[in-house]
Amino acid sequence: MKMLLVILRKEFQQIRRNPAILRIIFMMPAVQLLVLPLAADYEVKNVNLCIVDQDHSSYSQLLLTKLAASEYFIIKDVADSYDEALGSIEKDEADIILTIPPHFEKDLIKENGSELSLAVNAVNGAKGNIGASYAVNIINEYNQEIREQLITMPKVNPVPVINVTYSNWYNPGMSYTLFMVPGILVILLTMVGSFLSALNIVHEKEVGTIEQINVSPIKKYQFILGKLIPFWIIGFIVLTIGLGIARFVYGIIPEGNIGLIYLFAAVYLLALLGIGLLISTIAESQQQAMFISFFFMMIFILMGGLYTSIDSMPYWAQVITWFNPVKYFIEVMRMIVMKDSSFSDISHSLLIIGIMAIVFNTWAVLKYRKRV
Amino acid sequence: MYQFLVFVRKEFYHIFRDRKSLLIIFALPIAQMLIFGFALTNEIKNTEIAIMDGANDEASHNLIEELNASRYFEIVATPNTIDEIDKAFKADEIKLAIIIPPQFKENLLHNNSASIQLLADATDPNTATTLEVYAGSVIRDYQNNANGAFKLPYTITNEIRMLYNPQLKGAYLFVPGVMGMILLLISAMMTSISIVREKELNTMEILLASPLKPMVLILSKAVPYMVISLINVSTILIISVTLLDLPINGSIFLVLGVCFLFITTALSLGLMISNITDSQQTAMFISLMGLMLPTLILSGFMFPIENMPVPMQVLSNIVPTKWFFIIIKDVMIKGLGFNSVWKEILILFGMTVFFLTISWRKFKIRLE
Repeated sequence: MKMLLVILRKEFQQIRRNPAILRIIFMMPAVQLLVLPLAADYEVKNVNLCIVDQDHSSYSQLLLTKLAASEYFIIKDVADSYDEALGSIEKDEADIILTIPPHFEKDLIKENGSELSLAVNAVNGAKGNIGASYAVNIINEYNQEIREQLITMPKVNPVPVINVTYSNWYNPGMSYTLFMVPGILVILLTMVGSFLSALNIVHEKEVGTIEQINVSPIKKYQFILGKLIPFWIIGFIVLTIGLGIARFVYGIIPEGNIGLIYLFAAVYLLALLGIGLLISTIAESQQQAMFISFFFMMIFILMGGLYTSIDSMPYWAQVITWFNPVKYFIEVMRMIVMKDSSFSDISHSLLIIGIMAIVFNTWAVLKYRKRV
Repeated sequence: MYQFLVFVRKEFYHIFRDRKSLLIIFALPIAQMLIFGFALTNEIKNTEIAIMDGANDEASHNLIEELNASRYFEIVATPNTIDEIDKAFKADEIKLAIIIPPQFKENLLHNNSASIQLLADATDPNTATTLEVYAGSVIRDYQNNANGAFKLPYTITNEIRMLYNPQLKGAYLFVPGVMGMILLLISAMMTSISIVREKELNTMEILLASPLKPMVLILSKAVPYMVISLINVSTILIISVTLLDLPINGSIFLVLGVCFLFITTALSLGLMISNITDSQQTAMFISLMGLMLPTLILSGFMFPIENMPVPMQVLSNIVPTKWFFIIIKDVMIKGLGFNSVWKEILILFGMTVFFLTISWRKFKIRLE
């Protein structure tokens, strides 16, 4: 025990001696958490329309007014021909071209129907699809209004109509910061935790001090614990700063028990530090450690469910996400912050992360012994 | 010139002696492109939902069948109370619940109107909206089919064409984005420690005593990494086109030229980081932690830039990947030419010059 304290003091001194890195460790996540969530919003809104109105009738005018009045659309451009309109899609100035054909009004009244054409920039397929659905909804409403003008509708609908009502639970204001801040905090914590520990031990290898430690009477587990504990504490500080920013800057107050977040984080950090240790026992240089961390970090981040839905991934990719600690923490964080989920709701994830912590640390210690 | 070549050769030796690092540098982008290219998509499919069927009649059964048959949804729960729905949301088992009221069929038949309630887990607002839009359209289709041949008068039909990406593949958006991100980070990370390592290992003095000009010295360090990055670009492009089915609708030479320019930008960024830091750890921290999330979030492939608040839009301009993403998307997918992207190319070029100038300035100070 005394030995462990001595090592811990040495580690803390080492960390303190490099104030530049310490500043970066705390500043970088804080600044990113302050800035990035503001940019992370992929709600489909502000869909830019380019209109090609070849009819110039009162009906076409009415349709345009309706589109412009909706919260989703901005009429960005009016073109004389489709080809001209295509230019504004190429320049990314418009997302959808709506062409109103000549005789639109006349056909609708005389021929009992007419056709509009929508050309959608679908490079971003999901956005294009949703933008088009919005447009179709508005056109349908408009169509209904015209019918009501033209024919006296009977009191009861002529055909069965299903009305759909929507309610959004847990986040009725559909706030993106509420959704993003906890997720980004998890990612920043993950980077700090695993990257720091990965670099640290391999650094000792590179400058040769690890040999001194190996010949000293320190036991291996003491050495590993001596490395883990300071980073564990740093992780907690980063988490606390992050939750503070969430609370005081974004006004996010967890619905659930904040103690649960810390409980989960305690186990989670152990798992991360284990991954870091493992990387540092495999890598021969800091550069290698950095590249390996980068590789896993990209996978953890992009496949953590923060940016794209895991449900939609192919099955093999979902299997990969089972081994992604970030996925579990993001889920748990959101559950506690937004849904007031209880211990029993998160116990399953906690168990998995606990197993990861044990596996990675054991693996790292075994691997480390073999090398000495 | 001869001395420059000798230096370059020395740097090559340094790098190629470390087989393991090389293997990592070449294998990482390939693995990442394959995983992300196939896995990332923002379309919705097989989302787990719950249906609370209060009617349990023919019409509700038909509707449920329709919902289950659509590729968007998978019905995993049939709760009986709102409380059960709340529980399922809290345990993260479902993302959407659809409530069909009692007497659904009767209401449809006799009143010609019935209502359906959709409850979404809006923790993720984007998924919630998308699911609501899709569920709404499945229900509308169901209703239209149920109405059969009855055609309403004065109907406007919509002809919808999806330009550039008719199958709405997620890869068209994510592959160019991930490509830019991987290239930027790997290239910048490689050079970010090149000079600071010399400082840390005290070999800097020896370098400074050499007769080479600082700029030449910096360049000689960048050349081998340039070669490595070019190999990476080629493998990434080959994978995108052959395995991920990304088209090259524009000029392939323009694509290659832009990739070359972008690597140069990224390598210069790394050199600059290397010149302004004092330790390898700091350099790595900045190049990995400092670049990863800002690049991911601000480059425009994950989150549309036009949605961002104005200060963020301004900030996004300093992210090199943003410009690369725009160019690649325009040239590869939209098939546009140099005339449409020269502005973005100029910006990347300007950034490169800026990074190199800072590197050079900082490097010179140390000489004195």
